[in-house]
Amino acid sequence: MKLAYWMYAGPAHIGTLRVASSFKNVHAVMHAPLGDDYLNVMRSMLERERDFTPVTASMVDRHVLARGSQERVINNINRKDKEQRPDLIVSTPTCTSSILQEDLQNFVDRASLSSNSDVILADVNHYRVNELEAADRTLEQIVRYYSNKARGQGALNQCLTDKPSANIIGISTLGFHNQHDCRELKRLLRDLGIGINQVIPEGGFVGDIRNLPKAWFNIVPYREIGLMTAMYLEKEFGMPYVSVTPMGIVDTAEFIRQVQKHINAWAPASLGEKVDYESYIDNQTESVSQAAWFSRSIDCQNLTGKKAVVFGDTTHAASITKVLAQEMGIRVGCAGTYCKHDAEWFNEQLQGFCDEILITEDHTEVGDMIARTEPSAIFGTQMERHIGKRLAIPCGVISAPVHIQNFPLGYRPFLGYEGTNQIADLVYNSFTLGMEDHLLDLFGGHDTKEVITESLSTGEDLTWNPDSKSELNKIPGFVRGRIKRNTEKFARQKGVTNITIDVLYAAKEALNT
Amino acid sequence: MSIKTIETPIFECETGNYHTFCPISCVAWLYQKIEDSFFLVIGTKTCGYFLQNALGVMIFAEPRYAMAELEEGDISAKLNDYEELRRLCLRIRKDRNPSVIVWIGTCTTEIIKMDLEGMAPKLETEIGIPIVVARANGLDYAFTQGEDTVLAAVTHRCPEHRIPSGKQCKTEQKLFPNLPTGQTGVNSWEGGLNNHPPLVLFGSLPSTAASQLNLELKRQSIRVSGWLPAQRYTELPSLGEGVYVCGVNPFLSRTATTLMRRRRCELIGAPFPIGPDGTRAWIEKICSVFGIKPEGLEERENQVWNNLRDYLDLLRGKSVFFMGDNLLEISLSRFLIRCGMIVYEIGIPYMDERYQAGELALLRSTCSKMRIPMPRIVEKPDNYNQMQRVRELEPDLAITGMAHANPSEARGINTKWSVEFTFAQIHGFTNARDLLELVTRPLRRNDSLKNLGWTNLSV
Repeated sequence: MKLAYWMYAGPAHIGTLRVASSFKNVHAVMHAPLGDDYLNVMRSMLERERDFTPVTASMVDRHVLARGSQERVINNINRKDKEQRPDLIVSTPTCTSSILQEDLQNFVDRASLSSNSDVILADVNHYRVNELEAADRTLEQIVRYYSNKARGQGALNQCLTDKPSANIIGISTLGFHNQHDCRELKRLLRDLGIGINQVIPEGGFVGDIRNLPKAWFNIVPYREIGLMTAMYLEKEFGMPYVSVTPMGIVDTAEFIRQVQKHINAWAPASLGEKVDYESYIDNQTESVSQAAWFSRSIDCQNLTGKKAVVFGDTTHAASITKVLAQEMGIRVGCAGTYCKHDAEWFNEQLQGFCDEILITEDHTEVGDMIARTEPSAIFGTQMERHIGKRLAIPCGVISAPVHIQNFPLGYRPFLGYEGTNQIADLVYNSFTLGMEDHLLDLFGGHDTKEVITESLSTGEDLTWNPDSKSELNKIPGFVRGRIKRNTEKFARQKGVTNITIDVLYAAKEALNT
Repeated sequence: MSIKTIETPIFECETGNYHTFCPISCVAWLYQKIEDSFFLVIGTKTCGYFLQNALGVMIFAEPRYAMAELEEGDISAKLNDYEELRRLCLRIRKDRNPSVIVWIGTCTTEIIKMDLEGMAPKLETEIGIPIVVARANGLDYAFTQGEDTVLAAVTHRCPEHRIPSGKQCKTEQKLFPNLPTGQTGVNSWEGGLNNHPPLVLFGSLPSTAASQLNLELKRQSIRVSGWLPAQRYTELPSLGEGVYVCGVNPFLSRTATTLMRRRRCELIGAPFPIGPDGTRAWIEKICSVFGIKPEGLEERENQVWNNLRDYLDLLRGKSVFFMGDNLLEISLSRFLIRCGMIVYEIGIPYMDERYQAGELALLRSTCSKMRIPMPRIVEKPDNYNQMQRVRELEPDLAITGMAHANPSEARGINTKWSVEFTFAQIHGFTNARDLLELVTRPLRRNDSLKNLGWTNLSV
């Protein structure tokens, strides 16, 4: 047993459901008790999704404990098949079904006989993998399933497209700024004259998976989701992939150079000549992205040697650390990740970019590290933002897990050249806010709270009796002042001088507050 | 002229394929209510991630709850449950020093049959902190029923009520070795109020809502001798023969049963004090049990209704559909019917006809008074079927969980999140307006948008 207050990565089934519900016309049926379908809430609330989340639960209740699920899972799968006619139904195990040890594969096999949809069982074990690993696996499993199916039917499409094209793998629902990143990647590729063959899983159809091999190469923007799929496609179809995350100026350039390399493998035959993106990189770096200029400017000079800590998933934590250290001259006191399964890569990537590396899933360890390091700014998840609040250190959010404010409506990519602008703003704003606070402290602040409350409440003619005073103190702080003023106003109107609890609530009723 | 209404309620039961919160969510409000408690949820990452996401920012305020996250070794019994729990509880004692630790059993502890009830007394004597066990799991319960399981468990820890004549009950200490310290176990009496038997109210309300209800009863010369739960575990009310109890929430049927059967209390079965009509009926019922003639209640109720006029104008003749997820549905429907609304369907996770008898009777009489047919009550609803019915009936308002709210709004259906009713103050006369503020909010908001031409935005 582990005492846990907070977790960075969710349980395995969340990862599976994120991938399944990112595809179009794919339905997930969870084998789970009442209340485990909260992915629907997260998707509907955080992503402000307009459609019903295609996830239903096949309820595990007392009867299931006593007699087993029997026909229930099969009936639920068949019912969804008839109601919504999905292309694929993913049967999803949860922590509960893992220990019930029912033969879900058998249910799935039987259900697929009577349903028009394809039915597969997500191959994830709750106790072995977390949300991100499960998402990675499920995506690979679905791609493998449809590749094999297409091969069996002789429908696999391995003819390369005439013009260079790429698949983007790993964009998913509830991913950190994924929608914006996807748009920015498409723009970048269009600039380079590269077509988009497919984006999976977000918005993709499983029926199109057979066309994946048509692309010249694959792009995996995030290490957490999609790498397994890219490796499978490489092994199976010899498709190369680019796994450099185009975040920050240096890595975006590196990303483009790798793309160039893969295209030039085929370009002489297909296009008649090799491509050269160097001038594009220079042009973007100098004029489209403001980040290169920013790092030269006086603003950024003032950040030199300031200390920051970074924490997040491997992709974002590693990229942001590199951006801070090599593009802005900020000293990264500690960089860390909660993706324990990918610790080796993380360590290797950040050699020379930070003083210290922290790999942990325990937020208290991260808190202690921050308190010990005393950085001027934190770049982390929502958890670090709250740690920062407590320690009065500003924080920029750079990675999941996140809240609704990290699903902005406006265009906020982290990838590509527009992404570098966004990151520069985020970094600069975090540090200046800290500076402002510091100056306020230095000059004793310009807090006018006291003056305001005094002028608004002259309670000399009124007395609050002890009961009503203690009742008032129970009212949450942020409305207490207003309630107090309203009550006093009411008391004066009624000519009451002694404020009792009755007066307090009579005022509330009368003034409708 | 009278319109014939259907007298008996129609109960239906669907597939139970509906969305609601897991009952462990009760720790969110209970740890705040019981200030000296610590809630330990013994479950998996699934439970933890739910609490973290459903409870949003509350988690960051140094919460007095945590997960005992079960790992593979716990499931396969490689690790010793008792030793593991002992280790965690000692750490909690060291870090927080609570007056009580509440263990919340989950689906996983049910399935692997972890004997929490057996281990708790042993560990309790070993570490010297009371340990209360509540099985609030998704196999058996929905959302607010979690509070019911906790309060039913806490009921056993309330001190024994002693007859105020001064006779000491000698067996008491033996029977309840873990009595919260620092309390007398005697319901103290003060002069000035009618001489009636002690009254304990059960249900967790924010302290301001609780004192508003206390105040309403005080106006009828009724003294509330305690609340279950109290603000602190060490202040639990004393219970026993001769103590009258009354519920303030419709989802507390286990607690009611435990109070009657195990603590021999008298249950006052009343409608619930939600809405001015419910509050009045609730007070009247308590008065009638104590043989007190209620005074000024009618005027008080009318005055509240008067105060609500602007909202009532907005609601009159509008229809509402309850998808059902928190068991407040019967009381809310009854109130909204009294407000002039038409209720198409009352979805509800679980219907205890005995505990809710008073409320059902009031619903029935409200329907005939307002001359509308009794709505259908659907227990264990099926959300998919319900959405088909919602599309067919096109209600003016659907009260539903967060999973369905945004998709429904995108299809042009006005929606109110049902969860808000559990977290807002909705009890008593004073909060009637807040309650209608919630109900009318989608109508008022969508009213101001209606001429813009973008009602249906589904993609």
